Amino acid sequence: MRTLSTRHLVLATLLAAGTAQAGTVNIESWRVDDKALWEEVLIPAFQKKNPGIQVKFTPTAPTEYDSSLTARLTGGTAGDLITCRPFDKSLDLFKKGQLEKLDGKAGMENFPASAKVAWQSDDGKATYCMPMASVIHGYFYNKKIFKDLNLPVPKTQAEFFAAMEKIKAAGKTPIALGTADQWESNQTVLTNVGANSWKGEEGRKALIAGKAKFTDPQFVAAWEQLSKMGPLMGKGASAQTYADSQNLFAMGKAGVYPAGSWDIAYFNKEGLDFGAFPPPVAKAGDQCYISDHTDIGMGVNPKAKNKADAYKFLAWLGSQEFADLYTNKVTGFFSLSNHLISVQDPVAKQMLDWRKSCKSTIRLNAQIMNRGTPAMENELWNVSSQVLNGKMAPKEAAAQIQTGFAKWYAPQQK
Amino acid sequence: MKRWHIVLFLAPAVLIYSVFSALPLLDTLRLGFYATNDAGASHFSGLSNYLTILTDPAWSSAFWNAMCNNFKFFLIHLLIQNPIGLILATFLSLKGLKFARQYRTFIFLPTLLSVVIIGFIWQLILSPLWGVSESMMNFVGLGAYFQPWLGEEGSALITLALISVWQFVGIPMMLIYAALLAVPEDIVEAAYVEGASSWRIFWEIKLPLILPTLGLVTILTYVGNFNAFDLIYSVKGAIAGPNYSTDILGTLFYRTFFGYQSQIGSPTMGAAVATLMFLVILCGVGAYFYFVQRKLTRYEL
Repeated sequence: MRTLSTRHLVLATLLAAGTAQAGTVNIESWRVDDKALWEEVLIPAFQKKNPGIQVKFTPTAPTEYDSSLTARLTGGTAGDLITCRPFDKSLDLFKKGQLEKLDGKAGMENFPASAKVAWQSDDGKATYCMPMASVIHGYFYNKKIFKDLNLPVPKTQAEFFAAMEKIKAAGKTPIALGTADQWESNQTVLTNVGANSWKGEEGRKALIAGKAKFTDPQFVAAWEQLSKMGPLMGKGASAQTYADSQNLFAMGKAGVYPAGSWDIAYFNKEGLDFGAFPPPVAKAGDQCYISDHTDIGMGVNPKAKNKADAYKFLAWLGSQEFADLYTNKVTGFFSLSNHLISVQDPVAKQMLDWRKSCKSTIRLNAQIMNRGTPAMENELWNVSSQVLNGKMAPKEAAAQIQTGFAKWYAPQQK
Repeated sequence: MKRWHIVLFLAPAVLIYSVFSALPLLDTLRLGFYATNDAGASHFSGLSNYLTILTDPAWSSAFWNAMCNNFKFFLIHLLIQNPIGLILATFLSLKGLKFARQYRTFIFLPTLLSVVIIGFIWQLILSPLWGVSESMMNFVGLGAYFQPWLGEEGSALITLALISVWQFVGIPMMLIYAALLAVPEDIVEAAYVEGASSWRIFWEIKLPLILPTLGLVTILTYVGNFNAFDLIYSVKGAIAGPNYSTDILGTLFYRTFFGYQSQIGSPTMGAAVATLMFLVILCGVGAYFYFVQRKLTRYEL
């Protein structure tokens, strides 16, 4: 009881201090790349409507964000607004009382239920972050190489691999991809190209319900695609980093690039002529599925020094104005709100239009499956990289993930 | 009390050392005995964290893998860095060597650079896409032997250890160099007069005199290597690929304590890993002092 009352006392003092000297609203984020955009476009737009409120965007490098944020939240020095990772990372913060409950707050009414799932308690009764944006996965292709070699944009996997072989024969790297950083192997490759085999949400939910196993053919098929992609990655891909792959594709030396939509801005800046196509289906006419991942949300720190202003900012994040600015200025992040937005960038528009013909799913392991030990995301990075490198068979990869999953997840232990 | 000045002079060091080093260490040892539940509340759990690390296959395989890699990392330093340091120091201390100071500076220079820069530079040098190493090997006709060393399971750890050796070889060199300079001239000259060769002087006079320094260098390398983390983290990230082949205790600790990507960090479990690291280092240093340091003969010069 004593600690509780001390905590309240500290909180009260902090709140009092906050109202006494209407300070700055500090935003925690991992989007280091967007700093200029926040400072030059988003924050000024907000201040035009809300004069007198100071806002500061203070990002931390993505790989260090989670650990340093946890440290700051525990130490009581975190900012007022917290950019939320989807699913378990944020749920963990909420359970520890480090994120406010946001149900019924201004702005939240503008989001469909599907967008909120990434930041809700398991029973769906509490929402703790406002959905900001999703990213879509697919392939980028170099228009010049495809035109020079007279290749059609592939629709089926057979067409895709035939095109890659032709690019290889022409002396270029077919797929700009490496496994040195490992994360791409899962986030932009496995859960991108695999969604078609496990039928998106159907397969993902079956795993959570315990009705399917990773060793089932529809999941092994995804790794089989990876093992076929491996030899098409180019020489020395096992030591090739994400930045190397970006450069390789930007310099026009590779045919395709397994992409997240956030890369659009980078390749636009590099002046590359490129288009996008969704992951090819197994045979012509099959229903297509895309990885359309709810990626960024915004929550409020319960110990915020400037909570009233933080809520004003949050309400603005739920507005049409923000949705439009964020979608069109931060190219490749798509607003999750109900507002009608016209997307200007051609590639971004192309990717967003896939939603009309393909069914959306989130990254396979994003919800629930990442909770236990061994951490499935990290395991997937590892085994998928090994399959791409030809060091592990698709079936072994599936077996390893399934064993780790069944170890802690009750529905998989039957 | 007549010796009050001893207390006075010791006070700043003792205070700073206790507050910033000894107390946190004790607190880490304590924290390792706790566990946290979903709500973040911690409770005493005895040895359960240690049992998990050492007996649960998901943890123990990672722990022993990291431990084994750590030993390899240390052995490479011991067998390559320190002998090279000794050879360099011996050459530098030769009389009449021109540009000795310049060599000394150049060899010591990488030690001053940040590990992140070192990692970045070597990653570029060894890159199969843009690196210069393949074309340089082609130049001498060895191009066919080029491999993406940092990306292969068999070679990644060795490559990283060699990068670290390249960076830090200046430290043993300087320590041994200083010890060699302290070898009295008249003994060496007397040996010359007696007709001993340089080779014999090195083995029978200089080496025995600098043995305590070599011991010190070994133990510093041991402590440094078992605390190593930064180079691996900056080059391979905290999941230390490919397939955990470069995972050492430092990266394992980082993943456990802070969490990495979807792995949610656990301070208590992390404290247990840190305690195990501390014990490994303590045992190593203890064994060294007991079996080696006590038996070293120091010559009164």
